[in-house]
Amino acid sequence: MENLINGLKNNRAFAFSSFLVLLLIGIALAAPLLAPYDPLEATMKNAYLPPSSEHLFGTDKLGRDNFSRVLYGASYSLSSVLLLVAVIFAVGTSLGVLAGYFGGKVDTVIMRISDMMISFPGMILAIAIAGIMGGSLINAIIALTIVTWTKYARLARSMVLKIKKRDFVEAAVVNGGKPTHILWKHIVPNILPLMIITAASDIGAMMMELAGLSFLGFGSQPPAPEWGLMLNEGRQQLQTAPWLMFFPGLAIFLTVVVFNLWGDSLRDVLDPRQED
Amino acid sequence: MKNKQIWGRIGQIVLVLLGISFVTFALVMLSPGDPVRQMIAGNEDIVVSQVEIDALRHELGLDKPFIFQYLDWLGRAVQGDFGFSYMVKKPVVEELMQSLPATLILALASTLFMLVFSLPLGIYSAVKRNSVFDYAVRGLTFFGVSIPNFWMGLMLLWIFGLKLGWLPIVGGRVSLETLILPATTLGIVMAAKYTRQVRTTVLEELNQDYVVGARARGMSESYILWREVLPNAMLPLITLLGLSFGNLLGGAAVVEIVFSWPGLGYLAVQSIIYRDFQLVQGIVLWIALMYMVINLVVDISYNRLDPRLRKEGR
Repeated sequence: MENLINGLKNNRAFAFSSFLVLLLIGIALAAPLLAPYDPLEATMKNAYLPPSSEHLFGTDKLGRDNFSRVLYGASYSLSSVLLLVAVIFAVGTSLGVLAGYFGGKVDTVIMRISDMMISFPGMILAIAIAGIMGGSLINAIIALTIVTWTKYARLARSMVLKIKKRDFVEAAVVNGGKPTHILWKHIVPNILPLMIITAASDIGAMMMELAGLSFLGFGSQPPAPEWGLMLNEGRQQLQTAPWLMFFPGLAIFLTVVVFNLWGDSLRDVLDPRQED
Repeated sequence: MKNKQIWGRIGQIVLVLLGISFVTFALVMLSPGDPVRQMIAGNEDIVVSQVEIDALRHELGLDKPFIFQYLDWLGRAVQGDFGFSYMVKKPVVEELMQSLPATLILALASTLFMLVFSLPLGIYSAVKRNSVFDYAVRGLTFFGVSIPNFWMGLMLLWIFGLKLGWLPIVGGRVSLETLILPATTLGIVMAAKYTRQVRTTVLEELNQDYVVGARARGMSESYILWREVLPNAMLPLITLLGLSFGNLLGGAAVVEIVFSWPGLGYLAVQSIIYRDFQLVQGIVLWIALMYMVINLVVDISYNRLDPRLRKEGR
């Protein structure tokens, strides 16, 4: 925490990118206030209007205001990607900690499964899982969690193995500390910073994968104003209404840029050992 | 790599394939929808009684317990029979073989595109570290890795297909004209990633002691770069190349959809939409197999190329 505050003061890149992240979250939260129209309200006579002062980003096939949809999309897309990263983080880290701390059979089983997942291109499996279970945001999150948790499990496990050998952990064991106490008081706090950095720098990539699944129709379903889904709808009108694919894509791109910048600078602040 | 290790890896590949097939098989079982009704759904004018449905279910072995169904399927799959696709009314294997060349062509073309740009850019920006050029390359690659490839594809399609009219917008066939845009889309996004990796690898190599030694002995910078640094840097780069080529096989699905490129990814998405799960399963397993075999081949060649590993017989 102290590092973070120092980072905000001394690291300009971190301060700037944190500001951008807050700005994005602010836009997402303030979407109902900022949006000029209801993102779901269809006005058929306004279908396919090009961008104008009334409809900044034009309108879609149902006459819905594209600008309002992109704004609402911020809250929809951001909250879903944050949920996704949180789920992957929780599942991967806890399995990795269990494997590393208890070792033995638990470790073997978790790590064999993880080996299996890692030797395989994740996206095609995610598409298959999400597709077979039926397109929905929750299924897309489950699918991406299944193919991504191993990265966190491996990282957490290797850190736990290192920390387990340190004197303070052994002292706690000798003093008769219960496993749950040792895990929560001594091990988890020590691995958390690096795990959080990893999660933070993954937000951008996960956003693209989630949007990719929605784009294919295996994620969020209409009429949700989700950016990937909006791109899918815009793709069909590429010729007549290119603004429908331009703005949601730009929104994804900018959000990914902001989170990637933030992730990189967070790494500099919290983990100064790594350079370049 | 010793033969024993290679066999170990092949064993691992078999295990992964078993695991993946089991998972996808279980998912299909759990998924909504009845495959028997799905099969009959094509002929709506025929009225089918429950008795006939049950008979068909029995004939297909779908009334057996899950694990027996899986073993039945596995037994056939081992013999190369991945079932019948009712979407295209063909054996799954036949359809796979038909889509495979398109995916391989796209993967090769985009890898070529990637290499042409990322090798010179990555090496030069490592050599000229912290120069304007280096910063420009780093900035560009940063944006490159942040662009969703499907958006990039749509933008290229819109600009070069619709606005400029240089390239066809209708896909669905394999030709040089239709290849350019999807290969460029994938190539740009991959080049951004790979340029960074090339730069880091070359930088690491440039910081080695032997480079300092060579400089101290008065060797020219270009000699050091071409004869010492680059050959050493090539080894890790080949591994990364193998990984990204493998990822293309699966990750290209979204781009194949954007351009209606008739490859495996396109087929996978179509077959999921039509709920033709025999086909989905075949594609997933096939891609997994190719990915793992490519990585095994890369690892073997890596070991053959690196004299240190060769000598120790690892």
